[in-house]
Amino acid sequence: MSEAILIQNGRVIDPSRGIDAVQDVLVKDGVIAAVGKNLAANGAKTVDAKGLVVSPGFIDLHVHLREPGFEYKETIATGSMAAAAGGFTAVCCMANTKPVNDNASVTRFILEKAAAVNGARVHPIGAITKGLKGEELAEIGEMKKAGVVALSDDGRCVMDARVLRHAMDYAAMFGLTIVEHCEDEHLVKGGIMNEGETSARLGIKGMPAIAEDVIARRDIDIAAYLKRPVHIAHISTLGAVESVRAAKALGTAVTCEAAPHHFSLTEKSLETFDANCKMNPPLRTADDVAAVKEGLRDGTIDCIATDHAPHATWEKELEIDQAPYGIVGLETALGLSMRLVREGLFGLPRLVELLSTNPARIFSLPGGTLKEGAPADVCIFDTEKKWTVDPAEFVSLGKNSPFAGWELFGKNCLTIVGGRIVYNPSNL
Amino acid sequence: MTAAAKTVLSAQEMGRTLARMAHEITEKNPDCSQIILAGIITRGVPLARRLADKLKIITGVDVPCGSLDITFYRDDIQSKGPDLNAGRTDISHDINGKTLILVDDVLFTGRSIRAAIDAVMDIGRPGRIQLAVLLDRGHRELPIRPDYIGKNIPTARGERVRVKLSETDGEDLVVVEGA
Amino acid sequence: METVEKKFRGRHLLQIADLTADEIMGLLNTAYKFKDVSEREIKKVPTLRGKTIVNLFYEPSTRTRTSFEIAGKRLSADVINISTSSSSVSKGETFKDTVLNIAAMKPDAIVVRHGSPGAPAYAARIAGCSVINGGDGANAHPTQALLDLMTIHEKKGTVENLKAAIVGDILHSRVARSNINALKMFGAEVTVCAPPTLLPHGVKALGVKVTHDIREAVADKDVVMMLRIQTERMQQGLFPSLREYSEHFCLSAKVLKSARPDVLIMHPGPINRGVEIASDVADGPYSLILSQVTHGVAMRMAVLYLLCGGAES
Repeated sequence: MSEAILIQNGRVIDPSRGIDAVQDVLVKDGVIAAVGKNLAANGAKTVDAKGLVVSPGFIDLHVHLREPGFEYKETIATGSMAAAAGGFTAVCCMANTKPVNDNASVTRFILEKAAAVNGARVHPIGAITKGLKGEELAEIGEMKKAGVVALSDDGRCVMDARVLRHAMDYAAMFGLTIVEHCEDEHLVKGGIMNEGETSARLGIKGMPAIAEDVIARRDIDIAAYLKRPVHIAHISTLGAVESVRAAKALGTAVTCEAAPHHFSLTEKSLETFDANCKMNPPLRTADDVAAVKEGLRDGTIDCIATDHAPHATWEKELEIDQAPYGIVGLETALGLSMRLVREGLFGLPRLVELLSTNPARIFSLPGGTLKEGAPADVCIFDTEKKWTVDPAEFVSLGKNSPFAGWELFGKNCLTIVGGRIVYNPSNL
Repeated sequence: MTAAAKTVLSAQEMGRTLARMAHEITEKNPDCSQIILAGIITRGVPLARRLADKLKIITGVDVPCGSLDITFYRDDIQSKGPDLNAGRTDISHDINGKTLILVDDVLFTGRSIRAAIDAVMDIGRPGRIQLAVLLDRGHRELPIRPDYIGKNIPTARGERVRVKLSETDGEDLVVVEGA
Repeated sequence: METVEKKFRGRHLLQIADLTADEIMGLLNTAYKFKDVSEREIKKVPTLRGKTIVNLFYEPSTRTRTSFEIAGKRLSADVINISTSSSSVSKGETFKDTVLNIAAMKPDAIVVRHGSPGAPAYAARIAGCSVINGGDGANAHPTQALLDLMTIHEKKGTVENLKAAIVGDILHSRVARSNINALKMFGAEVTVCAPPTLLPHGVKALGVKVTHDIREAVADKDVVMMLRIQTERMQQGLFPSLREYSEHFCLSAKVLKSARPDVLIMHPGPINRGVEIASDVADGPYSLILSQVTHGVAMRMAVLYLLCGGAES
């Protein structure tokens, strides 16, 4: 078993127990042993967290680790290490690998690979339908047994409402939540960026916000009708945020996540034709960004998820209509989210809720709390640390970030997963 | 005008000089009907016009007179950069077989004249090309020699010769300014 | 990407906004002079002797490619054409690699025509020489807008404060976007006319008036620009048939009766006779379609001269 660690004098923030105070955290035998003032070291390795925030490790419900099939973009190992660097102690990886994670053998492959890595935990998300085709249900029960924590055809929407309805009903038997990539594929066909004034001026084919709005509304209606949960991935439009807000008020079991790029950038970023700003859902308008921020503040949006989507540099240097969608996010998520704290949108406890407490709750994952006996998944971050984003320094193989050169405040210093220090570059 | 400016040609002298040049042109070209005057843009154009007027007085012949732009023929485009203010080459008469007299205000390195000769050759094949300049300030860099010179003015390389003509500058005057 | 970004002090022409109004007037002046050159027996000046211009065309094009080729040759530059109708990926070499390989042969300018918006802008970042946008997707076609301005200027004697209409597939038209930008730079009031399905959502951002009635569009205009309609748009469900399209949006002699007697009719070509423009109108007295082509060569000579003609003044 790993050595005991005593984290001293940090600002401990654990929204799961309403804690926000300078305290010590003792980690022993892979679990949280104690949280309190002036804990005795008793031979434990001590970490001085004075001036730093001690938080339950971040949990990302939405990443693409690319393995199997696209190991040149990212591997389970590099993705897990990149996550740890960003303060994440667990990530949920989407099923759009090659082969697709639509059966138990792929699920097991992912978990075996992940077990060999000394980084963040990796929780596979299984496909809803075979081959992500949106037609026949994948072997959901088998995958559940093998270890998937949720179901999604992410990258594609389940366009056939009948298929989605059956998936929600069937998945409920295994306690799995359906995660929807809300996008009417007919409305966005061939689109590169948000449809609107910028796309009109640039002559770039647009993806209208209504493509997300109509599917989000449809999925909420189906979930309400079936009384089943649905989780909306990477919410990006004002319309979808309003739909979720209204649905929550009615008691529908809908949850949703927002990606840092959707509250940090607008469609105007495409004016340079930079393929690093090409993602799906696309960067939206300032009104949409404001709606996403308000949703994060008022609780309409439950959590921040990165939609970490690494690609090889050469792929993003293709013509903008041929370059793949997606940006990396694990190592910039904290810094970008801290901007919202610094803007005064909400305080650090809400930030920890969005990055840790809530994601754990949505998929019923271990972690997300510093309760005694819980897995010792912890991160320690410096809210004042000023740094400049340089993709070349990313642990992730993916360097596709539109935030290169941005000055951010807030950086993870140390990550503990299951009681073991997996990231500690400055030797705290 | 700088303090170091020195007048080298007054308005009166300029008129006399051009009259003498016109006479020299008639001496060298007994049949004035074969002459076409081509003024190099900018100040060569009014000078050519004035010579044509004087030729008309001397010989009674209307000597055709046009303008020649050398912007696209210069050899210093690379160092000076593009010039979007090119003038219009307008020589409406057929120059083939004729005596084309290039007219310019100042002859210096000879490079403009080289460009002008090339420009002329691209619009026709004159029987001969002659050169008339109001001022020759020396410092030739190419083997070019004028046929008609208004005035030779010794200058230092760095000095500036400023030619003012009433048509373009409101007065007739030539000054040399210090470097 | 940083590793191949070249420090290049010269300039590019990627969009109309790369030029000032004064520079555009200078280009017009210069283009007129080059038009004279094109009318001489010896249609050549030595201006760009020793310069190399590469036409890199990823889309089929006769007019634009030929126009740039003739323009370069009349300036005494060496012009090399590289045409590929297939996309770079299917060809097995990426656009980046193609540009870098051409750049390694040290051309002075590369003219890029590409179906992807922004491809010339990307080339400009890595090529280390001047890049001219020869048309990129629906984004921009600056030399077309410049030659159109010249055509208008020649007839009207000015390009200031015009009233112009652009009729047709605005959604997919780089010609429309560049012309709107160029005309508006000189104070024009521009009206676009198309079925709503062929207008971009957010068309207001272009700063234009919108109508769906061609008679209203052409009324009281100095200039009417017609755009080519492609049958592909019909398959995309943007309008039902060419017959119905032309019923509503074809510039016929009858429609032309609503226009001013001194209206200028333009079309970037190639024209679909009887679809967006009636045959007799295309060949009629108001039509400047061939004049546009002539001016294309002269204006591209001016642009090449501006970009390749040595140091920044």
